[in-house]
Amino acid sequence: MSQFDLLRTPTETAAMTTPLLDVRGLSIALPPGADRPLAVDNLTFTLNPDEILCVVGESGSGKSMTAHAMMGLLPAPHVRVSGGSLLFKGKDVLAMPEAEQRSLRGGRIAMVFQEPMTALNPLMRVGRQIGESLREHTDLPAPARRARVGELLAQVGLPNPAELAEAYPFRLSGGQRQRVMIAMALACQPDILIADEPTTALDVTTQKQILDLIRSIQAERHMGMMFITHDFGVVAEIAHRVAVMRHGKLVEYGAASDVLNRPQHPYTRQLIASVPHYIEHRDDHAKTGAPLLVADKVRKVFNVGGGLFKKSKPVVAGDDLSLTIHPGETVGLVGESGSGKSTLGRSIVGLIKPDSGRILFEGTDLLALDRKGFRPYRRTVQMVFQDPYASLNPRHRVGDIVAQGPVAFGEDHGRALARARELLAMVGLDGSAADRFPHEFSGGQRQRIGIARALAMEPKLLVADEPVSALDVSVQGQVLDLLDDIRRRLNLAMLFITHDLRVAAQVCDTIAVMRRGRIVEMGTARDVFTHPRDAYTRSLLDAIPGKAWHIPDDLQKIPAGAH
Amino acid sequence: MMNSDFWRAFARNKGAVLGLAILIAIVVLAAFASVLFPGDPWEMATAPFQPPLSEDAMLGSDMLGRDIASGIAHGARVSLLIGLTSTAAALAIGVTLGALAGFHGGKVDDAIMRFTELFQTIPNFVLAVVLVAIFTPSLTTIVLAIAIVSWPPLARLARAEFLSLRSREFVQAAITTGQSNSTIILRQILPNSLSPIIVSASLMVATAILLESSLSFLGLGDPNAMSWGYMIGAARTVIRQAWWMSVFPGLAIVLTVLALNLVGEGLNDALNPKLARSRG
Repeated sequence: MSQFDLLRTPTETAAMTTPLLDVRGLSIALPPGADRPLAVDNLTFTLNPDEILCVVGESGSGKSMTAHAMMGLLPAPHVRVSGGSLLFKGKDVLAMPEAEQRSLRGGRIAMVFQEPMTALNPLMRVGRQIGESLREHTDLPAPARRARVGELLAQVGLPNPAELAEAYPFRLSGGQRQRVMIAMALACQPDILIADEPTTALDVTTQKQILDLIRSIQAERHMGMMFITHDFGVVAEIAHRVAVMRHGKLVEYGAASDVLNRPQHPYTRQLIASVPHYIEHRDDHAKTGAPLLVADKVRKVFNVGGGLFKKSKPVVAGDDLSLTIHPGETVGLVGESGSGKSTLGRSIVGLIKPDSGRILFEGTDLLALDRKGFRPYRRTVQMVFQDPYASLNPRHRVGDIVAQGPVAFGEDHGRALARARELLAMVGLDGSAADRFPHEFSGGQRQRIGIARALAMEPKLLVADEPVSALDVSVQGQVLDLLDDIRRRLNLAMLFITHDLRVAAQVCDTIAVMRRGRIVEMGTARDVFTHPRDAYTRSLLDAIPGKAWHIPDDLQKIPAGAH
Repeated sequence: MMNSDFWRAFARNKGAVLGLAILIAIVVLAAFASVLFPGDPWEMATAPFQPPLSEDAMLGSDMLGRDIASGIAHGARVSLLIGLTSTAAALAIGVTLGALAGFHGGKVDDAIMRFTELFQTIPNFVLAVVLVAIFTPSLTTIVLAIAIVSWPPLARLARAEFLSLRSREFVQAAITTGQSNSTIILRQILPNSLSPIIVSASLMVATAILLESSLSFLGLGDPNAMSWGYMIGAARTVIRQAWWMSVFPGLAIVLTVLALNLVGEGLNDALNPKLARSRG
């Protein structure tokens, strides 16, 4: 692999004599009938001690498969290594006897998984789960193991280690669980830590803490680390070297600064160009005329639990929520999970009935209307949902899905279907789409169908609830462009709900930041980004991964809205 | 395309194919009962107590000289008829109530589920016996009695499906596009909840046939319809002298119920492919 030698930094060349992990020509075969024969195709890279290698790729790129092959987690016999070798300190892992492989895994090579919710056994106390691998791989006596578990928990920054070791996983937050996972992986002082999207399921401020933790632990112990991610922001935050994968092949491999700032391969360039970012020169929205929608002191309390003999517990999902949307304006509602941003969105489209407050649409209070009175407003306020796999009825044809709304309002079926075809073309799907079923489409295409369904009602206001968070970065970019284009063409107002400030920055005129059921700051996107007033907004901005990295100028988005 | 997938998944389960073959044979037997065995199965056809393989009664004759084979063929009609119609009636009651409970939730759900539990606390068979005894035995009352004792599990199943599907985004999308409740229930949710309902309905046909046989065994069958349960019940006093009188109708019940169960399992594999895969 001589072309890669040129890309190595001096420190790497020194360490090259003993790479910690040397992957040579690794191929992983998929069962016949899969969308491609090889999940991973002739993959070659090395991991040195004291180095973080980021493996970047979109879903289906084979990045997780590579890690799973190393850990012996491939779903045998359907998926298996069909060629190449994995050398750990010069010895081929795949050629080792089973017992030796096992002692390597969990001992010398440890792994942190993506989903902290499911990676811990819910019925086992946290301390015991961490102690398991110590029992397996060391001959420490029980008291020493307990002491070591306490140390580990303290090292990953958890308060009250002794108490926490006795807790069950469900008592911990997502971030705490991920810390426990890391403690578990560190238990036997591994040489290699493989982290498979360890922060993807976490809120942005928690993600920052975990990334900081991972980085400091790696530096402290001089571990080799393979960090799998889809997010170039995260790469910019922690990577020393980067390997970009696509369809199972390595397309670019080099030092982080090179790949991030001077990407060579067109695919890497495309990925970096789709990283959502604040657009500096976006014009402020000129608020004209009367506001389209005014939310006034909306409050919603959910009663959780409770039964015949048990009092339910009130949970305030939204309190004193006030917000104004003008015609043609895009308002971003940003907040972490549980902040109540979806509650407000759902209240506006009438899926949730708030307990108090007013939602005025062109001066009419929607909350005061009964079912029948509200019905006309179903047309004018439409919603785009988060999960493109759950938001389309799997048993209906796409054309029908788009046409159902107008038909419910008395439109002739044939005419509605013809209009549905036009709309599908407008969102960039070809003519045959109307006759097919949702499962024949990719995530991005399904989200386009969801947008067409909303547009079929000819709404004035579109509520988009995390419309791109389930999509790959490059697809995310396309769907955001589509939404931007459509609202511009149809002069739609949009309430854009997202957890990702970067996405909000790219598409919104105005941003409202929510925390624990309250709006803590609202202002133009420019102001919120450049002069945040609230401390929480500042901490959110500060937590954006890779904020110090400047996306290469030639890959910056053309400022939307610049004339 | 969906259909060929369905058949491929169904055919992968060898037992299901066998079950379907048996079931088809029984249906054919029932359909051609009056061609194969013309005349009334209640009529005396030959001498009493003829053992199997005798000249004019292949499976022997009973105490009154009635042909056992003819009784089984005509009994198949009654069994299948009662199995299917009572399941259909149970589906109508159970799915309607379950759908309403699951879709509306809250107080409607509470009321319907308490009503369902009322039925579940009474032992099935006892209730069926009481109902048939009160309303004098006839095909209609037997069908109704079986339906009334068998709908609660279907209601609970339909409710569970509706509860989980109601919060799915495609249903919320239907609400925001202004579709009426009945459209949402019938066009959006019901088609997506049918798979498990079909599977348990196919197993319920088998249970219904067993219930009918048990009722007839106790002498609570329709006095005008030849039934497997009745044949066994009538023959039980002479079981030591004439085993064939109860064994052949018994075998018919076993085969039918087994076939229905195998088919139900095959349907389960074909309609819930995720479950099947994780098992295999």
